[in-house]
Amino acid sequence: MQSTSHAFKDNARAALANQTLQKAMKHVKSGFIDKRAKARARLPEFDALRDEARDIKNHTLANLDFYLERYEEKVTASGGEVHWTATAEDAVKAVLDICRRVDAKVVTKGKSMISEEIALNQAMEDAGLDVVETDLGEYIIQLRKEPPSHIIAPAVHLTKEQVEADFRHHHQELPSERQLSEPVQLVAEARQMLRRRFLEADVGITGANFLVAETGTSIIVTNEGNGDLTQTLPRVHIVVASLEKVVPNLEDATTILRVLARSATGQEFSSYTTLSTGPRRPEDLDGPEEYHVILLDNGRSNMLGGDFQDMLRCIRCGACMNHCPVYHAVGGHAYGWVYPGPMGSVLTPNLIGVDEAGHLPNASTFCGRCEAVCPMRIPLPKMMRHWREREFERHLSPPAVRIGLGLWAFLARRPKLYHFVTGWQARLLARFGRARGRFDALPLARGWTKHRDFPAPEGKTFQQLWAERQESQAKGKSAS
Amino acid sequence: MAEGQPRVGLFVTCLVDLMRPSVGFAAVKLLEQAGCTVEVPQAQTCCGQPAYNSGDRADTRALAEQTIQAFKGFDYVVAPSGSCAGMIREHYPTLFEDDPQMQAAAEDLAGRTYELVSFLTDVRGMTTVDSRFEGKVTYHDSCAGLRELGVQDQPRKLLGSIPGVELTEMVEHDVCCGFGGAFCVKYPDISNKIVTAKTDNIMASGAGTLLAGDLGCLMNMAGKLQRRGAEVEVRHVAEVLADMTDQPAIGEAASGGSD
Amino acid sequence: MSSSKQQILAAVRRSLRREQPDEATRAELEQRLGAPHANLVPQRAQVSHAEQLDMMESMLKELSATVVRLDSEAQVPQAVADYLKNENLPPQVRMAPRDDLRQLPWDGQPLLEIAEGIAAAEDATSVTGAFAGIAETGTLMMASGPEAPVTLNFLPENHVVVLRASQVTGTYEEAWVRLRQEVGPGKMPRAVNMITGPSRTGDIEQTILLGAHGPRRLHVLLVDDRDTAAG
Repeated sequence: MQSTSHAFKDNARAALANQTLQKAMKHVKSGFIDKRAKARARLPEFDALRDEARDIKNHTLANLDFYLERYEEKVTASGGEVHWTATAEDAVKAVLDICRRVDAKVVTKGKSMISEEIALNQAMEDAGLDVVETDLGEYIIQLRKEPPSHIIAPAVHLTKEQVEADFRHHHQELPSERQLSEPVQLVAEARQMLRRRFLEADVGITGANFLVAETGTSIIVTNEGNGDLTQTLPRVHIVVASLEKVVPNLEDATTILRVLARSATGQEFSSYTTLSTGPRRPEDLDGPEEYHVILLDNGRSNMLGGDFQDMLRCIRCGACMNHCPVYHAVGGHAYGWVYPGPMGSVLTPNLIGVDEAGHLPNASTFCGRCEAVCPMRIPLPKMMRHWREREFERHLSPPAVRIGLGLWAFLARRPKLYHFVTGWQARLLARFGRARGRFDALPLARGWTKHRDFPAPEGKTFQQLWAERQESQAKGKSAS
Repeated sequence: MAEGQPRVGLFVTCLVDLMRPSVGFAAVKLLEQAGCTVEVPQAQTCCGQPAYNSGDRADTRALAEQTIQAFKGFDYVVAPSGSCAGMIREHYPTLFEDDPQMQAAAEDLAGRTYELVSFLTDVRGMTTVDSRFEGKVTYHDSCAGLRELGVQDQPRKLLGSIPGVELTEMVEHDVCCGFGGAFCVKYPDISNKIVTAKTDNIMASGAGTLLAGDLGCLMNMAGKLQRRGAEVEVRHVAEVLADMTDQPAIGEAASGGSD
Repeated sequence: MSSSKQQILAAVRRSLRREQPDEATRAELEQRLGAPHANLVPQRAQVSHAEQLDMMESMLKELSATVVRLDSEAQVPQAVADYLKNENLPPQVRMAPRDDLRQLPWDGQPLLEIAEGIAAAEDATSVTGAFAGIAETGTLMMASGPEAPVTLNFLPENHVVVLRASQVTGTYEEAWVRLRQEVGPGKMPRAVNMITGPSRTGDIEQTILLGAHGPRRLHVLLVDDRDTAAG
């Protein structure tokens, strides 16, 4: 998709002014945070499992080449095929080639962030394929021609009234007098509409939460069952997954699964955790005849071994954005590309460049809540700071910020001069602010005083008062 | 100077120094009550966090070196701020990965550095304070203190020892106030949205006084409460613990001042 | 070998700053693949088998599944008929083609129509077995095969699962051990479906609703087979 990350500030302003969005965003807080906290409290080993999950991924990343090769061997042995693709374009081409070869017309899709990353839907539609997103949230945003605003709840930015309007607009064949104001009616209608599409699809495309090297298995974790219908009913199943999804064995996947759903939705385990290994076996009665894995690099090998390697542990649970005050304020679309929230603020500059996405790692208060809840213990603020360092080194940060910071640092590195200047500053501000105790406007502090008052200082600095106190105590002593 | 008393270097913090020195004196009083000898090195300015969070590593290192130098030899270094103490404890050692000698010095300082209230309770074993304060208060957990240093129960415990204090928790007391240092001026509209939600929660708590352990957050919340015309006084928790609430609250005029 | 594969692996190795893993590392990695061992396993389900059965039942109910405990396999047909009647469902089921289900006394339910095979779009109710039940989270593990078509788990609105007490384990790890015994180390059935409650979605205003695309109802017949299993 075309990025608007460079316009983050404008996007954010529009989002803050959008009352419908603000209403919808309230559900993020109520829908995720308490449930995760309860699930965590219920499993005493939760934090220890997070440590193990982190260690498993670190181990895998340190031996990524080995595990990828072993994974491929096992896929091949089970009758599937792995397509190694270096870039988004390569991955899209691999998918299209398969679709063409099998003469596909209808393609169903399970929810997959990687397919958003490579803009697969657009490419398939351009190639004349009838592409159907089958996850309810993805289906809704496909109707609206919007990108997802959350990595596990793609339509979280919408109210039920908006969904009702979309369904009425797009499902013209259904009676117009039908009741559609409640979520339960909307869900039933989507089920009805998508049922036919599942059955007529030629190709089903899913992502993968894990690839298991031990067995050549891909794992998807879903709640609706759409992913399973997508990958079971068509003749061909295509898995699109990036390199870092691999884990060594089933036990390792299991450990991470124990923290995944709890962190994501607060469920103990998602409704459907499905392990797929190759195409239909000769004696099987159902399942796809072909099984392909599009194994995508798209920048991951570059992140390995550098400042951003830890980001490759991410399992796309969404806990960081669920707990992010900035995400709550502006929603996912403001971030301007596929991955919103804290994980996006680290990942997006890696994938589309910091020149385009430079705002994202800056748009954080560093409150640390994302890192505190990350099941994989990814130090998200630390990596956002790495981006800020690179921007500073490359003089990408705004000139006003650089000048202000430079002036301040010049003073702060010279304590005597600093104390002289701050002493003078405190007195001046106190004189003007004394009567009211605060300012409602201050030159050079408009960003602050636009929305809030600025307190007047007490008058003298602590250092001045402390020196006075030391002096008077010394006098007191010498007098006695 | 009493024998055997730990020597504490007070890291004043740039905001307390400039804006609200009474917080510094409240800290001194509490530290002295906890049996410490307090000194204030003059060669300190700022911990360097503004530069650090702006990606300016060179200035951060320079300020860290200055701070490390200024606080050599103290048994403890205490700051009335979880954010600055967190900077020294958690981040200084990562600044010198290419300089083993400085790194060792940074780690040494990190090991001696504490946020004020947790120092009083966890290191000095303080369980009660001698203070008179009457009224309903609500406490905001500032992010760095909470998540980098685990400051949460300590201030509540000490506040609980003041007979007239009634602690009433706001919802989401552990959620960011939207200050974020330079964030609040770089992204003023987002910051405003967050501090609006925060002040909604503060006002809904019914408390007459808002307390926290970090002056940056306090100035942000006080400024918003005042802009909204809310009747909530805002103070650093040390002022209440040290029984030093004669000063007008943050952003309030001295008595006799007009609005 | 494709050139993209070489290119990607070379990029990975460049970032890892090494060529192949050394001998010792390789041996350790082979061990991890060839003889996997459990990581930290929560205490929760490491309890007696009777307690695991109770946990299985209570976790399933928490998930909005329904559970009926039966003393013997012979009670299954009656329980299926009762379920359909109570839920006002047509007396027709699509049953997994497996001998242990076939051999049950279905002739006692003359009104019940039983068809075998994969699920069709119009099937309202399926009856299947399971490979294991995992008490830790009330998860049913289905291993696909000629006796266990995957469509039966997802297409019908109502899914009735016959789970034998001897199939219930405490943890996922125990189930993996059993699965490897069944299909051989390093191998897998084409599909393993771990089912934890009915289909659900929260995609509209975070309201949790059942029956998004998969079964709206999940009904488990937990059969006590422990005496017969011993015999």
